[in-house]
Amino acid sequence: MNNPAIAVQVENVVKRFGEQAGGWLGPKRPAAKIAVDRVSLQIRRGEIFGVLGPNGSGKSTLIRLIATLLLPDDGQIGVFGHDVVREARQVQTLINRVSVEASFFKKLSPMENLLYGARLYGVPADLARRRVVEILQRLGLEERAIYSPMEEMSRGMQQKVAIARAFLSQPILLLLDEPTTGLDPRSKREVQAFVRELRDNHDATILLTTHDMSEAEALCDRIAIIDGGRIVALDTPAALKQRLPRNGHAPTLEDVFLELTGKPLTADDEA
Amino acid sequence: MSVIVNELRASYAFIERNVNIVKRYWAWELVWLVYTVANSLSISFIGVGAGQVSGGSGIDSQYLVLYLAIGTIVWRYLSVIFYWVTDVVGLERWEGTIEYTLMAPITRFMHMLGQTAFAVLYSLVHTGVVLVVTVLFFDLTMANANLFGFLVLLIAGSLSFIGISIVGSILPLLFPERGSQMTHLIIAGLLLVSGVYYPVSVLPGWLQVFSYLSPATYVLDGARLALLEGAPTLSLWPFIWPLLVMGALSIPAGLQAFHWAERYAKRTGKLHRNG
Ligand SMILES: Nc1ncnc2c1ncn2[C@@H]1O[C@H](COP(=O)(O)OP(=O)(O)OP(=O)(O)O)[C@@H](O)[C@H]1O
Ligand SMILES: [Mg+2]
Repeated sequence: MNNPAIAVQVENVVKRFGEQAGGWLGPKRPAAKIAVDRVSLQIRRGEIFGVLGPNGSGKSTLIRLIATLLLPDDGQIGVFGHDVVREARQVQTLINRVSVEASFFKKLSPMENLLYGARLYGVPADLARRRVVEILQRLGLEERAIYSPMEEMSRGMQQKVAIARAFLSQPILLLLDEPTTGLDPRSKREVQAFVRELRDNHDATILLTTHDMSEAEALCDRIAIIDGGRIVALDTPAALKQRLPRNGHAPTLEDVFLELTGKPLTADDEA
Repeated sequence: MSVIVNELRASYAFIERNVNIVKRYWAWELVWLVYTVANSLSISFIGVGAGQVSGGSGIDSQYLVLYLAIGTIVWRYLSVIFYWVTDVVGLERWEGTIEYTLMAPITRFMHMLGQTAFAVLYSLVHTGVVLVVTVLFFDLTMANANLFGFLVLLIAGSLSFIGISIVGSILPLLFPERGSQMTHLIIAGLLLVSGVYYPVSVLPGWLQVFSYLSPATYVLDGARLALLEGAPTLSLWPFIWPLLVMGALSIPAGLQAFHWAERYAKRTGKLHRNG
């Protein structure tokens, strides 16, 4: 598990949610819901790796498992050779995460929120202040907005602040859970360009989920499609499209997505 | 070495963040302060009015006012610490930031250290205002009071209250919906058994048992001796050592409980509610 070329190693990971009642006496009742079902994958260092899947297919759960926010029920996850359960602290220094909902202290300004975030990672305050302005302006936020309460900002602007927060600690693994959901087309492009820049210039590995097929195709080196907590396909965007028999027109990634997640699949469909 | 510097920086993050929050909610803070002062004054007025209410025979109202004022001030100080420390999770759950804080590479000890340091500072300012207003309002003379001994008791009392508060702070981790409200139960119970406004000897015997377990009882008994009787600091030792022992037990116990609760929340998915 200590191969430096592997950023994330997920092996047979299982996560269930729901009541575990009846565990005291007799056999444990099976849990209500299986969110991640024996998932295995490897993300290479420097890769932009996409996870696609319908709502509730387990994308965010997988990200939380890697982010040490959930404990797997079974299987193992390594981040640059560190086990997320046994060596959670080491993993935490290497990663950061952006979630769908930009979660902030709403009365505080982006600067105050980000300074708090930066200090948690031991970034000195003056360095953090400089970087906050730099990154937020790079993402197209007005200088004035940096010092006004978050609650006065639009969702898209808040999302940019969330991206800045994740980048501030200079993680070598970035977990981006639908980072561009709710952004207008221009902002989307800005964020996508920023993500590429992080990978190209800052040696970051990126795990990204999205519901935007063209975004996935444009950004990701490889894509895993998951459905019901299981990986149903894992390949480069081009290779995924090759899978679909063409009848007249060239398949899009969306065609592949709909095909693979549309009906119950057999196990041999797995990559 | 740099690890410790980083951790202290992380610890300071909580102080700075809370100061910023308090600044942004300054109007609310003012309301809260006025409410607190009015509340404390009205309790101390019971001392002034007790003579009239009971027929006016042989009550030393000056003594009674001070007795009650000590109760309000000590209680204010301890309960404000309690609220800030137990809110360490609740506050962030409300804002939705809890996942970000709990995935940061910091130890829970440093996390709590920051939150607790802020709680003590905040409480000192808050209680200081109540103290000044009370003294001015009732013209209290504290000529033979042992203020130093009083301070020592408050510090020792903070330690054990911090431990209890950390234990209380796990409730919002275990019960996302109602956990914060449940912490009120702890503070109400302590208020009842600790003899804040009356000697615990007036309580029924079975309740008195609990008063021995409450650190506030020792702070209050000691504080009254120090401020009303001017008892020298050394003679307050019987009140100080139980507080130190309770602090030494409850702080590690609280941190351990928090560790378990955090694992439980990460196992069952109780940190997040959506997304
Ligand atoms: N904390 C939780 N408690 C209970 N069930 C949960 C919890 N988190 C996720 N689930 C369930 O696990 C499954 C996977 O959810 P997850 O959020 O990972 O899906 P997702 O692929 O991210 O969906 P979306 O595209 O809507 O964001 C869902 O059935 C969801 O209801
Ligand atoms: Mg999701």
